[in-house]
Amino acid sequence: MYAQQVDTGLAKVQSNAEMDAAERAFQARIDADVKIEPTDWMPEAYRRTLIRQIQQHAHSEIVGMLPEGNWIGRAPSLKRKAILMAKVQDEGGHGLYLYAAAETLGVSRDKLVEDLHAGKAKYSSIFNYPTLTWADIGAIGWLVDGAAIMNQIPLCRCSYGPYARAMVRICKEESFHQRQGYDIMLSLARGTPEQKAMAQDALDRWWWPSLMMFGPPDADSVHSAQSAKWKIKLLSNDELRQRFVDQTVPQADYLGIAMPDADLRWNEARGHYDFGAIDWSEFHNVLKGNGPCNRERLAARVEAWEDGAWVREAAVAYAAKEVLRQKEAA
Amino acid sequence: MSEPRIDYLLRLGDNALVLAQRLGEWIGHGPVLEEDIALANVGLDLLGQGRMWLSYAGELEGALSGHARTEDELAFLRDGGAFRNVQLVELPNGDFAVTMARQFYFDQAHLLLLRALAASVDPRVAEIAAKAAKEVAYHAERSADWVIRLGDGTAQSHARMQSAIDRLWPYTGELFAGDAVDAAIAAAGIGPDPATLRPAWLAAVDSVCAQATLARPTGEWMQGVQGRGGKQGVHTEHLGHLLAQMQFLQRAYPGAQW
Ligand SMILES: [Fe+2]
Ligand SMILES: [Fe+2]
Repeated sequence: MYAQQVDTGLAKVQSNAEMDAAERAFQARIDADVKIEPTDWMPEAYRRTLIRQIQQHAHSEIVGMLPEGNWIGRAPSLKRKAILMAKVQDEGGHGLYLYAAAETLGVSRDKLVEDLHAGKAKYSSIFNYPTLTWADIGAIGWLVDGAAIMNQIPLCRCSYGPYARAMVRICKEESFHQRQGYDIMLSLARGTPEQKAMAQDALDRWWWPSLMMFGPPDADSVHSAQSAKWKIKLLSNDELRQRFVDQTVPQADYLGIAMPDADLRWNEARGHYDFGAIDWSEFHNVLKGNGPCNRERLAARVEAWEDGAWVREAAVAYAAKEVLRQKEAA
Repeated sequence: MSEPRIDYLLRLGDNALVLAQRLGEWIGHGPVLEEDIALANVGLDLLGQGRMWLSYAGELEGALSGHARTEDELAFLRDGGAFRNVQLVELPNGDFAVTMARQFYFDQAHLLLLRALAASVDPRVAEIAAKAAKEVAYHAERSADWVIRLGDGTAQSHARMQSAIDRLWPYTGELFAGDAVDAAIAAAGIGPDPATLRPAWLAAVDSVCAQATLARPTGEWMQGVQGRGGKQGVHTEHLGHLLAQMQFLQRAYPGAQW
């Protein structure tokens, strides 16, 4: 997902016997669905894992502004332009909520941003793919925001209060994001043959990367079990991925465009769609920095940050002068 | 009376639309996340205003000629020479100081204009202007605030801000240079004579420059005045590129619905 692979710093799930009294009391609160708040005691591994998870999520919102921002200037109608601007603006707001949630854990936003720019912090692999046509804006809203919602709705119930509350606010906006994306796809699917081809091409390129958003298969996710025990991950990668496929296939059918997966079919016995094998080597390469746009995305963020340094310095200098002036006046 | 009014509405609409297009370029690239959001906010307000003015212009045109162009036809299917925005708003973003200088000069004039238009004899104009003025009051506050903070920030920000207001100064004349369209609009009670707005604008600019420790530019030479400006369809080289980007899809796929 937006936080695809979060290291808990623990080699395996801690058993009750391995915990000390404070840790056992902490786990008991989580088991009883009591929210953990910033001033509460928490195990260091929980705190660090949450920082990593929220940070990846926040960075994803911010980096995610770039592929969509790429089409604000070229939106094909004024209404679409307004919707896209509002949508990308929302993503910036999500980044703000999430950085604020991370800060409650005792880490500064500047430090988190520094980690991103140094390549130390991850963001979702999905934003390293290019937006080549207008249909990609439809596909992102439909699939990427759709996958995000799938993951984030359960997180509204996660154990850490500030993160859960940020998720509630974010989820309200994400459903609008998905609807506008699907609406773009619908217009294209009902449009000219060229527009329909554009929609199909976007689905062909975005489908598999969207499935990768949920992270590696459960069998390979060593850290998920501990996160599940802490209730900062409520459903497994494979469960979420299956839900997403089941929800999305009928939507593609309705659009009249074909999923790029020859193995995709309804399995009556399972009550789910079966789908083909995901190319995990592509996923791991994108995470490693080898996706089609990794370098451009990071470079764009670093450039904005460096170009803006003098503006931030000026704001700080001006604020300091104001404080001094108020002192002198008093 | 109807023809000058269409031209006048296009001026209002194109100013808002073209500046919104410029502000959209910042989203994802601002100096700090809060600024990406704020620039998008201002851009969205202007885009909304532009749509209202253009829709009204299209309707009036339809009543006159029998063919009403939609907001999208006006935005995406006119060539540069048919755009009626002032040159100031089409100038490239430059650095953050240039963007803020452009915004500051424009917002101050825009606010005065909209407040005057809120008293228009044309009820539709008055209604749109009254709504827009509320949004623009906030834009004007924000851009003035940035001019002050950057002017009175560090030595570097001061130098950048001074250079930005100097560079854009010659484009402010067009905001107040009236022509036959303005005269007809003023005579009909639809809008103010733009020259009457200049003293209040200058007072506001002087006051903000003083707070910002900036020297208010005093050059007399102005671009785009005497009937050779954006309001008459004479633009800078920059507008063509802006439109090439903005209009690309509508031009590449004629007649498609999006
Ligand atoms: Fe988001
Ligand atoms: Fe979203």
